[in-house]
Amino acid sequence: MKILVCISKTPDTTAKIAFTDNNTKFDVNGVQWIINPYDEWYALVKAIELKEADASTTIHLVTVGTADAEPIIRKALALGGDEAIRVNADSHDSFYIASQIAEVAKQGGYDLVLTGKETIDYNGSSIGGMVAELLDLPYISLATKFELVGGNATITREIEGGEEVNEVALPAVVSAQKGMAEARIPNMRGIMAARTKPLKVTEPSAADPMTTVTGFGLPPAKAGVKLVAADNVEELVRLLHEEAKAI
Amino acid sequence: MSVLIFIDTAEGHVKKVSHEVLSYGAKVAEQLGTTAEAIVLGAVSDDLASLGKYGVKKIHHVANDTLNNLDAQVYTKVIAQVAAACNAKLIIFSNNLNGKAIAPRLSVRMKAGLVAGAVALPDTSNGFVVRKNVFSGKAFANIAVSTDIKIIALNPNAFQVITGEGIAEVVPFSASVDAPKVKVTAVNKTSGEIVLTEAEIVVSAGRGLKGPENWGMVEELAKTLHAATACSRPVADAHWRPHNEHVGQTGYAIAPNLYIAIGISGAIQHLAGVNRSKVIVVINKDPEAPFFKAADYGIVGDAFEVIPKFTEAIRKLKGVA
Ligand SMILES: Cc1cc2nc3c(=O)[nH]c(=O)nc-3n(C[C@H](O)[C@H](O)[C@H](O)COP(=O)(O)OP(=O)(O)OC[C@H]3O[C@@H](n4cnc5c(N)ncnc54)[C@H](O)[C@@H]3O)c2cc1C
Ligand SMILES: Nc1ncnc2c1ncn2[C@@H]1O[C@H](COP(=O)(O)O)[C@@H](O)[C@H]1O
Repeated sequence: MKILVCISKTPDTTAKIAFTDNNTKFDVNGVQWIINPYDEWYALVKAIELKEADASTTIHLVTVGTADAEPIIRKALALGGDEAIRVNADSHDSFYIASQIAEVAKQGGYDLVLTGKETIDYNGSSIGGMVAELLDLPYISLATKFELVGGNATITREIEGGEEVNEVALPAVVSAQKGMAEARIPNMRGIMAARTKPLKVTEPSAADPMTTVTGFGLPPAKAGVKLVAADNVEELVRLLHEEAKAI
Repeated sequence: MSVLIFIDTAEGHVKKVSHEVLSYGAKVAEQLGTTAEAIVLGAVSDDLASLGKYGVKKIHHVANDTLNNLDAQVYTKVIAQVAAACNAKLIIFSNNLNGKAIAPRLSVRMKAGLVAGAVALPDTSNGFVVRKNVFSGKAFANIAVSTDIKIIALNPNAFQVITGEGIAEVVPFSASVDAPKVKVTAVNKTSGEIVLTEAEIVVSAGRGLKGPENWGMVEELAKTLHAATACSRPVADAHWRPHNEHVGQTGYAIAPNLYIAIGISGAIQHLAGVNRSKVIVVINKDPEAPFFKAADYGIVGDAFEVIPKFTEAIRKLKGVA
């Protein structure tokens, strides 16, 4: 089986969110970059588990990004994965990114394309569905479990207030979230091996972006907390009822 | 030209988030000087015409039983047919679980730029710009959509339902429907409980509760408030609570009217999932807990003493002894 895992680079979860250039650019000053947690913990580790269960599996990683995404993709290779492809482009348009991934997927003939649930910076939760449509493949979104039964996959996806079990013949595109796998840390052997694993750079194919970011902003700051004494909980209830109208 | 709104259903019932997108879509249609139409797929047992009270004029119903379960690929083709038939220039989804499965596909199929996670009405004064949440609710971005047809996926709880008068005209639509490739073999619901992502009030607790045996009082408080229960990540990781209660950056992102956080420190990754809540109450014994900075109301105190009193005070308010 051939698996393609989509890896994106995001600011560390504790990064300070600020903007420059008249609020049109994210301030990357001092920001630590990480593999998007959903891509690493769930999509990639699931692929690694599938390879552990069947050694004939190959895992390719793809990232659409500039050269500064390479440390991220090396770290992903250190966790597992046989080779990586970086499409040399810088875009925040989901359709543009999805088009690049779909192009790589077409070339590779994969049985399974895995993405994370969403990027924690852009929060689109869109790339997987777009790639699936571009490839005309089934898409199972927000999967919490994935099992292979012959050429079929049994996938559990989240629904409001529960879960649904889906059965689908591969190839398919699946977006992964919590439940799919347990986070791992790379070991020394993986880190050494990652240095020599192939990382191919390709130039982007033509695709027209459909959206552009015109500016950023921060939500209005909270007015500040109103503290109520621990022995006066009735007062909290009164405030919630009369002032906040929340109960 | 029209605005087309996707009505999401579950087991034949219209979901609460659909009322939000209908209200939102009707408002945008008014803004654009056009009419709001809607689409609903599969068997529906609710009265569709009454959804006219949210401002929608016409509802296209594709009552094909194949559509009772979601296959995003099949749904997308059907929605595209309806959108073409009513010359929709703007299509609106909820950015809920099904919306996330369908809207991106439709965006590709219809060459329609998508804004996923919108939190406000579009600004049409100069082009078409929609505000969306980014950085897990820590910031917003304004997104300009340049395509002729556009798609907005509205975040749940981001838009107030507007109820007026009106009856929608429900028209059957016969679409060509592909055989699904995805087979639904089981649906497991966490029975009877209030759905966390749809709840108006959420009571959430963290490691401060010490152990799973202490959650009785949390559940009691939630029950009194008619609230859903949630927890921090370490609590779910330690299996004190089920994983589907975990909120935050890597769990659910929620935006209830009221979020009550008990014994949770307020780490940035936790806040990322709850900071869109309208009112936040924090109960923590440590006055320095970072959560107080994000809170509207707070009590510095011991959870084990405060929770029972809190439940009691609410019972009193509601007139139940
Ligand atoms: C990449 C990444 C992603 C993450 N994603 C998430 C996520 O999605 N969700 C999430 O929640 N966390 C997430 N975390 C973890 C997060 O950083 C915190 O570690 C976690 O939220 C802490 O949980 P807690 O507040 O329950 O526990 P603690 O930090 O241990 O806090 C317990 C709190 O309880 C208070 N307390 C103790 N006893 C009492 C008492 N008797 N009465 C009242 N208060 C009391 C303490 O003062 C303290 O503030 C993530 C971390 C990383 C690195
Ligand atoms: N630039 C990128 N390169 C490769 N994969 C990406 C990129 N951006 C997003 N993805 C994948 O698509 C998923 C959803 O991203 P998004 O739609 O932006 O929230 C992520 O979890 C990644 O798996």
